[in-house]
Amino acid sequence: MAKHDHEDGGIDRRHALECMIWAGTGVLWTLSGGIPKSVGLVGEAIAAEATGFSFLQISDSHIGFSKPQNPNALGTLQEAIGKVKSIKQRPAFMIHTGDITHLSKANEFDDANQVISEARLDVRYVPGEHDIIDEGRGKAYLDRYGKGSKGDGWYSFDDHGVHFVGLVNVVDLKGGGLGNLGEAQLAWLADDLRGKPDSMPIVVFAHIPLWVVYQEWGWGTQDGTRALELLKRFGSVTVLNGHIHQIIQKVEGNMTFHTALSTAFPQPAPGTAPSPGPMLVPAEKLRGVLGLSSVKIEQGKKQLAIIDSTLAG
Amino acid sequence: MTINLTRRGFASLSLATFALATASLLAPRAKAAGKADVKIDNFAFAPETLTIASGTTVTWTNRDDIPHSIVESSGLFHSQAFDTNGSYSYTFEKAGTYDYICGLHPHMMGKIIVKS
Repeated sequence: MAKHDHEDGGIDRRHALECMIWAGTGVLWTLSGGIPKSVGLVGEAIAAEATGFSFLQISDSHIGFSKPQNPNALGTLQEAIGKVKSIKQRPAFMIHTGDITHLSKANEFDDANQVISEARLDVRYVPGEHDIIDEGRGKAYLDRYGKGSKGDGWYSFDDHGVHFVGLVNVVDLKGGGLGNLGEAQLAWLADDLRGKPDSMPIVVFAHIPLWVVYQEWGWGTQDGTRALELLKRFGSVTVLNGHIHQIIQKVEGNMTFHTALSTAFPQPAPGTAPSPGPMLVPAEKLRGVLGLSSVKIEQGKKQLAIIDSTLAG
Repeated sequence: MTINLTRRGFASLSLATFALATASLLAPRAKAAGKADVKIDNFAFAPETLTIASGTTVTWTNRDDIPHSIVESSGLFHSQAFDTNGSYSYTFEKAGTYDYICGLHPHMMGKIIVKS
């Protein structure tokens, strides 16, 4: 177990988001209206009769990947969905923060859909760069998941008083290297947020981290700060990303940034390997790398605690 | 005798090496029209800058565990993603400087200089 505490500028009581992470399985978020409460470890959460609103995040399932780092990415996705099915308190829905497939092949999308649908949850997707490398450069993704979205697949919706925004930052990438939102999407976002009260909690999700995690490996979004500027006035903003196959979290003012683990394979910590390629761990340790984590935000303590425990443990 | 020959041989070899190094430093020599290779290892193109004669076909080969693609900056060509040991080839007919990136990992940048 590892616990990381972060100093926090303060989170409004009404808008506190509680979050539980399953490393390698998904992230369970709970929004409690009024009184934030600790939900403990995942095991307890499954057993507890939690009230309030929760949703899941899974990411980077990379269906089609079969290299030694994980010869069976579909199998580990199946294990993740098995965990999702065991939650007694039904999450309202699930988000998938991209890289559903490894090579954007039709059979990869089909396999992913078949397994994910076993969770019997609504799933909201945003694409990763691996999901738009079909011949039509994203047509395969949009044909399947783009219904009701704008542009390359961005959209927003409201649930339980929370405004959710799904952004696309993997299209039309420019040399030098980071994710890209582009003018059209930023204009849409400004328009989408116009008129929303400052007190409305916002959850933004996209594949590549919206803030710069590690420039040298392209782990960030070049115009991400422009999106964050638009979100600054809100009392509670939660930014959920994938792409880097590891948990990195930070709190800045009213904004909480969080990246999810992959269900397929781990990637090295920034700068610890010659490249960000898939990280090989001994087979018996793979599920150990894909452990469990829980995150809670407690008003008053002004700190955010992350507790990780492994799937194997 | 033997020593002298060796010395002479060594001296001329050094001179040749020096001349070659100097030439390649001052003006990269255009390779003869034909074929040239760029390897992709650890999310990097090698060589990062390649100078070729017009008409040369460049083949990029992916030696990483993750797919890459080749996207020319002005839109001249845009490969499909190719996975481990996969490759992509393009024949450069016109002289000029061509910048390219990996469409999946745009921090990967390379350059092809085509001499007429």
